[in-house]
Amino acid sequence: MIAIGNLRFRYAGAGFSLHVPEFRIEPGEKVALIGPSGVGKSTLLKLIAGIMPPGSGSIRVDGTELQSLDEAGRRNFRITRIGFVFQELELLDYLDVFDNIVHTYRINPVLKLGAEVRVRAWNLAGEVGLGGKLKRMPRELSQGERQRAALCRALLPQPRLVLADEATGSLDPRNKAHILDLLFQAVQKQQSSLLAVTHDHELLPRFDRVVDFHQFHA
Amino acid sequence: MQHDFYLAWRYLRHHRTRSLILIVCLSLLAVLPLALHILLDEGERLMTARAEATPLLVGAKGSAMDLTFNALYFSESTQTRITMAEADRIALTGWADPLAIHARFRVKGHPLVGVSLDYFDFRRLSLWSGQMLAMLGECVLGAEAAESLGLKPGDSLLTSPENLFDLAGVYPLKLHVVGVLGKSHSPDDQAVFVDLQTAWVMEGLGHGHAEAASSPFDPADLAADAKRVTYTEITPENLDSFHFHGDPANYPISAVIALPHDHKSGVLLRGRYLSAEDAAQIVLPLESTRGLLQNIFRVGALFDGVLLLVGSATLLVLGLVFALSLRLRQGEIHTIFLLGCSRATVVRLVGAEILLLVVAGGALSWALLVWIQCYAGDWVRHFVIS
Repeated sequence: MIAIGNLRFRYAGAGFSLHVPEFRIEPGEKVALIGPSGVGKSTLLKLIAGIMPPGSGSIRVDGTELQSLDEAGRRNFRITRIGFVFQELELLDYLDVFDNIVHTYRINPVLKLGAEVRVRAWNLAGEVGLGGKLKRMPRELSQGERQRAALCRALLPQPRLVLADEATGSLDPRNKAHILDLLFQAVQKQQSSLLAVTHDHELLPRFDRVVDFHQFHA
Repeated sequence: MQHDFYLAWRYLRHHRTRSLILIVCLSLLAVLPLALHILLDEGERLMTARAEATPLLVGAKGSAMDLTFNALYFSESTQTRITMAEADRIALTGWADPLAIHARFRVKGHPLVGVSLDYFDFRRLSLWSGQMLAMLGECVLGAEAAESLGLKPGDSLLTSPENLFDLAGVYPLKLHVVGVLGKSHSPDDQAVFVDLQTAWVMEGLGHGHAEAASSPFDPADLAADAKRVTYTEITPENLDSFHFHGDPANYPISAVIALPHDHKSGVLLRGRYLSAEDAAQIVLPLESTRGLLQNIFRVGALFDGVLLLVGSATLLVLGLVFALSLRLRQGEIHTIFLLGCSRATVVRLVGAEILLLVVAGGALSWALLVWIQCYAGDWVRHFVIS
C-alpha cells in the first residue's frame, strides 16, 4: 500500500529535516507510528497524503508514484484514495455535522455528491453514534463527537488508506478506545490500510505493527 | 457552482450580523444617490405639474418665488397682500378669469385657504363626502387634512386665535365641516378651504352682532375655567346679523390666479403689469418653479459628487473589511486546502460570497427604492413643498 524509499524533506528556512530510508505498509495493515513531538511524524503523514511534495526520494501509494503527479494530480489522488483524520479535526464552524462530513464532496469537482453518497454519510454517521446529531453545529458537540464527525468525513470517500494524526489525542480513555474501535471497524470494513500517529502506548497492542519514528529521523 | 453558492450561503448565514452590515452598506451605496434622484424627479414632476396648471399669477410686488409658493402650495408668506380690486381689474380686461386666493391663516398646522367655488372646478377637486361650501362659516377639508384632523362632515373646527395678547382682536371662528374632498395628490389635500367671505370674517372685516360663545363650563372643575375658549360661531340663526364694512374691493387677498382665455389674452394681460409703478406683479408660475428647480438640481449635482466620494470611500472600506476577514479566515482556508480544495475553488467560494452579498444588497436596494418610489410624492409634498 505504501512504499517509501530514501525520502528526504526539509522545510524551507528551517533547521528541521526528515529522512526516511525505507518504509512499507501492506494492504489492510494497521500501523502505529510513535515518537516524541517535533520529530516529523505529522510531516511524514502529509508527505504520504501528497499535501506537501517530497524533496527527494520516492513515495508510492496504492501503486502510484506521488512525485510523478503535479499539484492537482496529488490533490485528486488524495481526495479519492486517502482519508485523513487531522490532529486539529478541521471541522468548519459554519457547517452542521452532515455538511462537514460531506464537505470534501462539495469542494472537489472530482467527487460527486449524489444520493448514494448522502445515504452512505447518514449510515456512517449512524454507525459512529451521530445519527441524531447531523443538524447540530460543531460547537454543540462534545470533543468525542467532533472527533467522530472528523472520522466520518475521512472515511466517506471509502479511501484505500487512512492516515490518522493523533486522532485520539484530546480524548478521555473511554472515548479513545471507542474512537479507535470505530476507526478499526471502518478500516476493516473498507479493507483499507491504516497509519496512525499516536502517543498512547496502551493503544499500541491493537495495531498490527508499531513503528518508532526514531529509526527514520536523521 | 451550486455547492459554491450553498457553502457561501451557509457562511454568510452563520456570520449573519457581519453579512447584514455588509448588505446594508452595499445597499445604501446604491440607494442614496438613486433615492435622491427619485425625490428630485418627483419634486420636479409635482411642482412643474402644479405650476403648469396655473397659467398666470398676480400678487404684490416682491419675490416671485414667494408669491408662487404661497398661491400654489399655500406656504406661509410675509409678502405684502393685494386687494380684491386686483381681481376686479383682471376681470374688467376681459382677457382672463380671476380666481382670488386668501392663504394667510393656518389651522392646526394646515393652511386655511379662502377661495371661491370656481377654484374647486379649476383644480378639478371633487367631493368625497358631504357637500360644497354654501354658507358663511363652513369649511371643506382636503383629504389628508380630514384624515390628520380626524374630522368628517358634521364636525366642527375651531380656528387658532391670531394673537393671544391682542385683547381687542378677533375671536377664533368655529368652522362647520360640510365636506371632505377626494384625494388629489396635491397641496390641496392638506388644506382647509373656506369661502373668501369666511376668511374675511376671520380677518375681522366682517362680523355679526350675536354674543360670542364659549366652550362648555364644568362647575366641578374651576381650574378648567381659565382654559375655556371664547369663539365666534356662525349659525343659521345669527347668519343675518353678519355683515361687512367698507368697500369689498379693498378686502385683502394673497394672490389672484388669472386664467387667460387664450395665449394672446395672456400676453396682453402680462403687458398690463409691466409698469414699474404698479404695486402688483404678474408671474408665470412655471418660470418661477423652473428657476427654483434649477437651483435644486445644482444642489442635487453637488450631492451626487459628495455621494460619489462617500460611496467610493465606503467601497474601499468594504474591500478592506473583506480582505481583513479573509486574513481572519486563513485557518478555514487552510482546512479546505487540506481537504483537497484547489485555489480556484477558494476563489470561486469567495466570489460566490461576494456575489450573494451584492445580490442581497441589490435586492434590498430595489425594495427600498420601490418603497421610496411609492411614497416619494407624499414625502415631497409633506417635507418639501408644504
